[in-house]
Amino acid sequence: MSDFLNISGLHARIDADGAPKEILRGVDLVIPPGEVHAIMGPNGSGKSTLSYVLAGREDYEVTSGSVSFKGQDLLAMEPEERAAAGVFLAFQAPIELPGVNNANFLRTAVNAVRRARGDAELDAVAFLKTVRAATKKLSMSDEMLKRNVNVGFSGGEKKRNEVLQMTMLQPSLAILDETDSGLDVDALRIVADGVNALRSPTFSALVITHHQRLLDYLNPDRVHVMARGRIVHSGGAELAKEIDVQGYASFLAEAA
Amino acid sequence: MPAVTETREQVEKLGQSSYKWGFETDIEMDFAPKGLNEDTIRLISSRKEEPQWLLDWRLAAFAAWQTMEEPTWAKVSHPPIDYQDAYYYAAPKKKAGPKSLEEVDPELLRTYEKLGIPLHEQAMLAGVEVPEGEEARMPIAVDAVFDSVSVATTFRKTLAEAGVIFCPISEAVRDYPDLVRQYLGSVVPVGDNFFAALNSAVFTDGSFVYVPKGVRCPMELSTYFRINARNTGQFERTLIIVEDKASVSYLEGCTAPMRDENQLHAAVVELVAMEDASIKYSTVQNWYPGDENGLGGIYNFVTKRGACRGARSKISWTQVETGSAITWKYPSCILQGEGSVGEFYSVAVTNNRQQADTGTKMIHIGRNTRSTIIAKTISAGHSDSTYRGLVRILPKASGARNFTQCDSLLIGDQCGAHTVPYIENRNMAARVEHEATTSKISEDQMFYCRQRGLSEEDAVGLIVNGFCKDVLKELPMEFAVEAQKLLQISLEGSVG
Repeated sequence: MSDFLNISGLHARIDADGAPKEILRGVDLVIPPGEVHAIMGPNGSGKSTLSYVLAGREDYEVTSGSVSFKGQDLLAMEPEERAAAGVFLAFQAPIELPGVNNANFLRTAVNAVRRARGDAELDAVAFLKTVRAATKKLSMSDEMLKRNVNVGFSGGEKKRNEVLQMTMLQPSLAILDETDSGLDVDALRIVADGVNALRSPTFSALVITHHQRLLDYLNPDRVHVMARGRIVHSGGAELAKEIDVQGYASFLAEAA
Repeated sequence: MPAVTETREQVEKLGQSSYKWGFETDIEMDFAPKGLNEDTIRLISSRKEEPQWLLDWRLAAFAAWQTMEEPTWAKVSHPPIDYQDAYYYAAPKKKAGPKSLEEVDPELLRTYEKLGIPLHEQAMLAGVEVPEGEEARMPIAVDAVFDSVSVATTFRKTLAEAGVIFCPISEAVRDYPDLVRQYLGSVVPVGDNFFAALNSAVFTDGSFVYVPKGVRCPMELSTYFRINARNTGQFERTLIIVEDKASVSYLEGCTAPMRDENQLHAAVVELVAMEDASIKYSTVQNWYPGDENGLGGIYNFVTKRGACRGARSKISWTQVETGSAITWKYPSCILQGEGSVGEFYSVAVTNNRQQADTGTKMIHIGRNTRSTIIAKTISAGHSDSTYRGLVRILPKASGARNFTQCDSLLIGDQCGAHTVPYIENRNMAARVEHEATTSKISEDQMFYCRQRGLSEEDAVGLIVNGFCKDVLKELPMEFAVEAQKLLQISLEGSVG
């Protein structure tokens, strides 16, 4: 059994208009170090909720189950502690921060995480060097750094910005929540390149997607199907191709 | 380099102290007896060796004050103030005024050092503190007012060479009586309002600035106000006169010790700008705000007004208001000269039980006068903050324009933000615009920042600084960093 990411019997609910609504109903998932796993599944199956719960969003109440990450109890940690420990969530809908300069935000985040990890902080010059290298690698324009965080960004620019943040924060677990949705082929490629560039024996990714195409670029080690708050089926990369052709119907029947 | 990061680094060094300026300095003081009557005023006037005209002026103000009532229209509440239960004159004990820094009580200098005021001009002049690679900073001339008395003014020689007068107003009364007599009370008359009348009767010191024709003041001027003595009101008076084609940038900072009782601060600031003159007046106000239950803190009841007398003159107010239990203040511009410009940039932060009712008045008298108002209000805790502004366009002000933008940011659900704009337009050829927004720091924004590794405090600091950016960028560089730091400290403990 791997001790990298181990999700066991995870139940979580959210308060929906005063009544608790259970969304995760016993998720079991193990991701060993160095692997890319994909989660696919119909809308409302709990994929995004799983990513939020892993990142520590407070709206969700974990009612039972456990998540251990590199031997630590992930659920006991604050969101910023999880970030420092190496968890990165690429948001499905990145949030706008009016008036907050993108480069400044990035540098603040990078240094907060470096501080927490016991690394020396980057000064302005070193930061600029690193970030320029990163934007170049991701074929992004530096102009994006001068704007306010996600404000007035197109859908594609927001996603690229997420990938830039991911690149700079050097996570050991990247969770991509439908980062590919609404992207054209070139942007998709950038996202995939961003993940692939981080691939190493100590980096894993959990990729939530509806589309085969991103997985073509990522070549995941495992593909899981999520339905009704549970992982109902797991397989290799070929599973995604199967779903692309057949849809989820057969797995839903399995889960019922 | 982004200043916000540096700012936060500095804040972290400060630890969790909520009000680090709350110390008290033990200095022998000279008090006038408690209470307010003609004798008190005569005593203040004689201590300051004032001419008869000024005493008469004070007494007229006092007579006016006695017929006036404390205003009640502001959206603030406090127990009645007993004006007889305070000291109106407190000065560090010392015979004649100090001639140089060497003569100043070392205890006082230590106080200012704690406040971070660079009084030691030698070091600054030599520029020793400027790290390599960084742009040499503009030196700043400082006037320090301790309770009722100005204790030290730096750089006077350099300024004098440029023809600029920068000195305590008590000295100006002695050395430049004609100037003072001509302008004192010409913008804020003695009977203007309750607190201005009180100030006129008992003001003890403050700063005086005179910039002659065609002179751009060679450095930033700055006054630090410090209330130290117990049960003492502070009533400073500032008068700035800028002649044709001259300009000055002036900054004031304020702090006070932490005390259980409320202390009154009722200042008056008068600005006069002649033809093509420009005055930039910035305030970083950080009087003690009281504790989290609303005990103690300064009542900050201030009248600030500038007169754009000459054509194309410009007066710009920038304020960052983070302190005081109650703030009541409306820095205004009287736009008399043709094509004159008034600006008001404000950030008002209230936390815990603080109350602020602040804004501006733009009075358009001359043709083609323009004004801009950008007010950012941030409320947290159980605090209450109001923007109150008046834009008045008089019949002759053809072509006048005003743009007003009021944005409120709420942190938590126990605080209040209110916007009360008054617009009076008597000229059909004028254009007045008003925009207002209210927003909250959303949970989405907080989660996004925290997911990227920022602590809650850092996230709030970043978002608030972003919200205030349009105003902070108006501050002189050195003070923008200080202001950002203050914003964050003021909001400590406001989330979670």
